[in-house]
Amino acid sequence: MSVIVILVFFSVLVAGGFLIAFIWAVRSGQYDDRYTPSVRILFDDESENKK
Amino acid sequence: MQISDVGLKEGTHCYHCGDLCSKSLDIQSGDKVFCCTGCKTVYEILHENNLCKYYDLDNTPGISQKKLESAASSRYSFLDDPKIVTQLTSYNDGKISVSNFVLPQVHCSSCIWLLEKLYKLNSGILHSEVNFVQKTVSIKFNPNEISLRQVVELLTAVGYEPQISLNDIEDKVKFRSNKSLYYKIGVAGFCFGNIMLLSFPEYLAPVGSLEHSFKQFFGLMNLALGAPVLFYSAGDYFKSAWRGIKQKSINIDFPIVLGLVVLFIRSSFEIITNTGIGFIDSMAGLIFFLLLGKIFQSKTYDALNFERNYKSYFPVSVTLKESGKETSIPVSNLKIGDRILIRNNELIPADAILFNGNANIDYSFVTGESIPVPKVAGEITYAGGRQRGSAIELEVIRTVSQSYLTQLWNKDTFIKKDEDKFNSLVNIVGKYFTVVILFVAAAAFMYWYPASLRTAINAFTAVLIIACPCGIALTNPFALGNAVRILGRNKLYAKNASVVERISKIDTIVFDKTGTITKTGDADITFNGNVLSFTEQRMIKSTVRNSTHPLSGRIYDAIETNDLLSVTSFVEHSGKGIEAVIEGNTIKLGSALFAADNNKILLGKDRNSSKLDSRIFLSINGSIKGFFAINNIYRKGLEEITSELKDKYKLIVLSGDNEGEKENLERYFNYKSTICFNQSPHDKLEYVKELQASGHKVMMIGDGLNDAGALKQSDVGVAISEDITNFSPACDAILDASEFNRLNTLIGFSKTTKKVIIFSFVISMIYNVLGVTLAFQSEISPLLAAILMPASSITVVLFTVLSTNIMARKRGL
Repeated sequence: MSVIVILVFFSVLVAGGFLIAFIWAVRSGQYDDRYTPSVRILFDDESENKK
Repeated sequence: MQISDVGLKEGTHCYHCGDLCSKSLDIQSGDKVFCCTGCKTVYEILHENNLCKYYDLDNTPGISQKKLESAASSRYSFLDDPKIVTQLTSYNDGKISVSNFVLPQVHCSSCIWLLEKLYKLNSGILHSEVNFVQKTVSIKFNPNEISLRQVVELLTAVGYEPQISLNDIEDKVKFRSNKSLYYKIGVAGFCFGNIMLLSFPEYLAPVGSLEHSFKQFFGLMNLALGAPVLFYSAGDYFKSAWRGIKQKSINIDFPIVLGLVVLFIRSSFEIITNTGIGFIDSMAGLIFFLLLGKIFQSKTYDALNFERNYKSYFPVSVTLKESGKETSIPVSNLKIGDRILIRNNELIPADAILFNGNANIDYSFVTGESIPVPKVAGEITYAGGRQRGSAIELEVIRTVSQSYLTQLWNKDTFIKKDEDKFNSLVNIVGKYFTVVILFVAAAAFMYWYPASLRTAINAFTAVLIIACPCGIALTNPFALGNAVRILGRNKLYAKNASVVERISKIDTIVFDKTGTITKTGDADITFNGNVLSFTEQRMIKSTVRNSTHPLSGRIYDAIETNDLLSVTSFVEHSGKGIEAVIEGNTIKLGSALFAADNNKILLGKDRNSSKLDSRIFLSINGSIKGFFAINNIYRKGLEEITSELKDKYKLIVLSGDNEGEKENLERYFNYKSTICFNQSPHDKLEYVKELQASGHKVMMIGDGLNDAGALKQSDVGVAISEDITNFSPACDAILDASEFNRLNTLIGFSKTTKKVIIFSFVISMIYNVLGVTLAFQSEISPLLAAILMPASSITVVLFTVLSTNIMARKRGL
């Protein structure tokens, strides 16, 4: 049964990874503007030969 | 100017901005038609650079360039000043500079597209990124290739003139962010989830089947995960409770913190001594919910600015005239006696005496009155006015911060912080709640003490834990947060949630007149005098068409004829009037003396009246025909509003104008209302102060800078605005002018929200009484707490959100 201790340890570790990912996302400014990227993604890339 | 009528059909819209094109102007480029040369120029710039996709993303996305008349090329010369450049750049390493600009014009996806393609227009620009919600653009550029001034000029050239104000220079633009709240909720969510997982075995396993060593292991894990939730995530509650104690008042956060701390200590004790598993899961869940409430409540309108003062719209620099030379200096350096040059559409930054030139000052930012006031040399012009017409020279008589208008901001009202001036209902409840709970807990302790100390301590702590007023604490954020959203959908934008609660308390409403209950930029024109013949009307319309003066435009719109005559000659006498010759007849429109050729006798009995200023006299071939008078137009729905409101509230009108409109106003307000005229900005502030001193809760509704003092002083300051992203003075809420006629409904809804809150308090009290009764008997188990606490929280959240939504729908919001 002591394998549960190891499993708990790993599960907290994995969850901690997601917590760090979340903190990184906030810190890098991804939550500062939650609207503009939704518009920006719809713009077509321009091909250079179009000119 | 072409006067031919060829080419254009009536009702053609500008390809750039979508405004109706004037029939008489014929501005075309290729097959595209424009309303003004400004729009055409922008189009040509984009066309040259292959950026015409701008027009495909959205129909007529451009910004009308009509109002931006040919600005002097030296307009941005202050941006060459290295000191100002440093203040406007947020990052600079010699090769790369980053600057943020506020662009109020941003309104559609085309704007985003174009502004992020700036690098195609100038290779010096490396990257630009738009924040649509805040209406800002962050531009990364190479300062060796393109100067800050050129960047600003480029933005202006494509139709996005950045808003650079004194405020940006003096205090760095700071973008508010609630990042720390996100971190806290992230940590709380992470710990809460894991604690729940580790608590399940205890709850779900049949009694006694869980191995003892596991039980303690799970307990210690819970404790380790619970500590950061309490000490980091709930940190703000500790701070707030402590702040309350320091001010000798107990707020709602105190019993919350008390409950949490007792819970944590008891749980630690149980886990370490291996006598129980504690209530850590309840604690983590509660804090997580509380933080969710905080996020919900913190709905803000990023694009709106509620903190503006005069600095936000005063110019950064002014042209100083010194021994014949013109230099651009920051306005804060202006000294008494300086000679300054104000060009068309520039703002007067300080009180000054007109030295020479024809001043036509538009005080619409200050008073809401959009009709320019003419001034002659020697007269005083006040800071905040905008010159319309040719350039004028002024001599400064007061410094910027000491001017008539701006000294309002030196008053106490603006210095003290207004955060704590309002005692929210929830804190009043919290105070009594704490006292009662401490009393009940002590009673439980005394009751059990004779039997066993252990049971007594258990009962004491159980009461404090279960009575933790989480339901009450969640009511406010969810009820008010939801109300702020509903009001926002109906175009009343509140600064924060407490504004809704404050609105619900008001009993007095103070209105400003000009621009608030009258409409800006729209006036009723009547002609007094001889009846005009059809030919005369046509002649007048043909004359005013050639003038750019705002009053000419109004007269043009007022005369209903499409049949225009050709004008032989046309002269505009700046500050006096216009003169035209049509089919041999001389038509003069303008000030009384101008139209009467300085012959006062011609004006008849009116000649000495002060009202002459707001009248436009007409003379044809030297004889006075009469005058055009401009009357105020009251906002649509004013009559219904006042009739709905006047029984419930004390209504007051404070007008900066003279009593000319008294009779008209009295029709709308009843005998209980007060109407005061000739009120200076300072008088308005004092008036509100006196009302408050006599126990009234005041809502001030105003629009201009002259109301700023009263708005700030009042319990709820509402700024009314035709275009919410444009200028509005510091206030608690911004109301879109189109919704003015629903004022009563909006106030009524805020009052209903208050009732919902009280009802929700009752619900959460029932839970508390139930829990405390059980706790008193020392019968509370971790499982019961784990069920009861979230259940009460969820009930309260559902109840407040649903009932505010239903109430809003009932009122048609």
